[in-house]
Amino acid sequence: MQTRFSYGGDEHIFAEVAESMSLEAFFKGLFVTNAVRDARIKGVTEICPANASYQVKFDPDQIKPDDLLAELKRLDSASETSAPVIKTRIIEIPVLYNDPWTHETLMRFRERHQDPNGTDLEYAARINGLDGVDAFIKAHSSAPWFVSMVGFVAGLPFLYQMVERQRQIQAPKYLRPRTDTPKLTVGHGGCFSCIYSVRGAGGYQMFGITPMPIYDPNQKISYLRDFMCLFKPGDIVKWKPIDRAAYDAAVADVDAGRFAPVIRDVSFSLTEFNNDIDAYNRKLEGVLHGN
Amino acid sequence: MAIKVLKPGLATTVQDLGRPGYYHIGIPLSGGMDRHALAAANLLVGNEEGAAVLEAVFMGPELEFTDDALVAITGAELPPKLDGEPRETWTSFKVKRGQKLSFDFLKQGARGYIAIAGGIDVPLVLGSRSTYALGALGGFKGRKLEAGDELPIGKAGAAVRDGRTVAKELRGLPAAMPTELRVMPGLYWHRITETAGVGFFGDTWKVAPEADRIGYRFKGGKPLEFVPREPPFGAGSDPSNITDACYPYGSIQVPGGTEPIVLHRDAVSGGGYFMVGTVIAADMDLIGQLQPNTPVKFVKVGMDEALAARKSRAGLLGKLRSALLA
Repeated sequence: MQTRFSYGGDEHIFAEVAESMSLEAFFKGLFVTNAVRDARIKGVTEICPANASYQVKFDPDQIKPDDLLAELKRLDSASETSAPVIKTRIIEIPVLYNDPWTHETLMRFRERHQDPNGTDLEYAARINGLDGVDAFIKAHSSAPWFVSMVGFVAGLPFLYQMVERQRQIQAPKYLRPRTDTPKLTVGHGGCFSCIYSVRGAGGYQMFGITPMPIYDPNQKISYLRDFMCLFKPGDIVKWKPIDRAAYDAAVADVDAGRFAPVIRDVSFSLTEFNNDIDAYNRKLEGVLHGN
Repeated sequence: MAIKVLKPGLATTVQDLGRPGYYHIGIPLSGGMDRHALAAANLLVGNEEGAAVLEAVFMGPELEFTDDALVAITGAELPPKLDGEPRETWTSFKVKRGQKLSFDFLKQGARGYIAIAGGIDVPLVLGSRSTYALGALGGFKGRKLEAGDELPIGKAGAAVRDGRTVAKELRGLPAAMPTELRVMPGLYWHRITETAGVGFFGDTWKVAPEADRIGYRFKGGKPLEFVPREPPFGAGSDPSNITDACYPYGSIQVPGGTEPIVLHRDAVSGGGYFMVGTVIAADMDLIGQLQPNTPVKFVKVGMDEALAARKSRAGLLGKLRSALLA
């Protein structure tokens, strides 16, 4: 992988690690941005890792753009690593698939969709060669997902499915973006799933909704008191399909301040993962359930 | 002291100079779209340059003062009225307890900045008082103003005299029509053909109705033609798609190759559309003063010109400080 650098005006340097998404490209970006943060370069104001790229914002009154570019190139080539390992977390996210709220919304914007006569789940199942909605939900929720970027809006995670590329779920975005998406919708576009942290515009296919808040600007939710956004790049997510009764119970627990998310510390090795993906994922799930 | 919001205007928000440091988790800078005008309003009433003010877009609010105050309106030509009597923009004036500040119709520009001595004293959130409405964060309850809101005002510092004014040449507003926005090509510029690149800079674009604090959309130029490619894994099938990446402030994305969108202070921090380049920092304030339908030309520049423009813009602020801090 040869990183491509470009200035984004006079205040940003944009670096594309690879055109295609892969965990290798993600890890490269994560390690470089960690190195940039540790280097405490004068004039650097924002360090943003993304899926297969990263961006650094700077004040050109404090550091010459060409000097910063040279420093980034140096850190970029020094951070090559063949066997990346990170200490991270695995987080269980309950999901009510095929819920009434995203269903109402997707019907409202049907004329903007590739398949005006079906639902987003039916469409995604068909184009991924899966036999119906239940098979699709199983494919979506059986393996864990990697948080490969946080952004778009406050605290929104982009999630990359931890299976071989030929098994990854893919779906195009809506033909024209919706002007509305329910808060906490689980969506999917390209190879990425996401959780919409706030209500608003969106173009991803809508599969379900989680009762578990992931962004709280008032910092009242117990696990968001320290910081208002739950996710960090590198987190691992495991979806847990739930029914309507469990969804309602979880919402009541959130409102009553007694909802306790399942979050465990875990170490992740890309090499071991690539050696046997299914076995590694079973091990991760074991950590989640305290085995 | 406080001010009561009698009528909120169209989308009036509390803004200061923004909230840097959280873009990596999708929380944008926010802050005044026209930072120069925001600083001028504050300096006119004796505030720190980055104190919190009200940013009113297209239409002013109606406010009632519960105490005497010194006020200044800058930015757009949004003529203020005090108990119905006209007052000047870009000039500080006194308001007496119980008086009402309202506004006449917008004459020019898009965003007016209303500074009150002492500043709007909403709580600091992540180091700033700016409103990020999409994330319901900061400002007054994380949202635009509504009738019935009461805004707390801070304690004014050393009193400055009223009637001070900012000379026209120090206001830093867009000059000629069409407005020229200087752009450094880059990012995913290589995705479009040479002809498309010439068209992008040659065409006259117009501000579309979809223009807000997140971004300004432009229309009326020729659609951009793409260099053919095999879609990279993860990007999506449309030729304008990329593997979702960070978006610089001022970056110009062109979904489907048709209508360029320039991201502004409440930018979405990333996404899956390619970008042809970035509006230079010195010209970002100008965008905040563009009304829908305003003709705009994108002008190609390199880093040296961008840095020279930056220096010149900083020089303007320097002159403003010397004029008002003396």
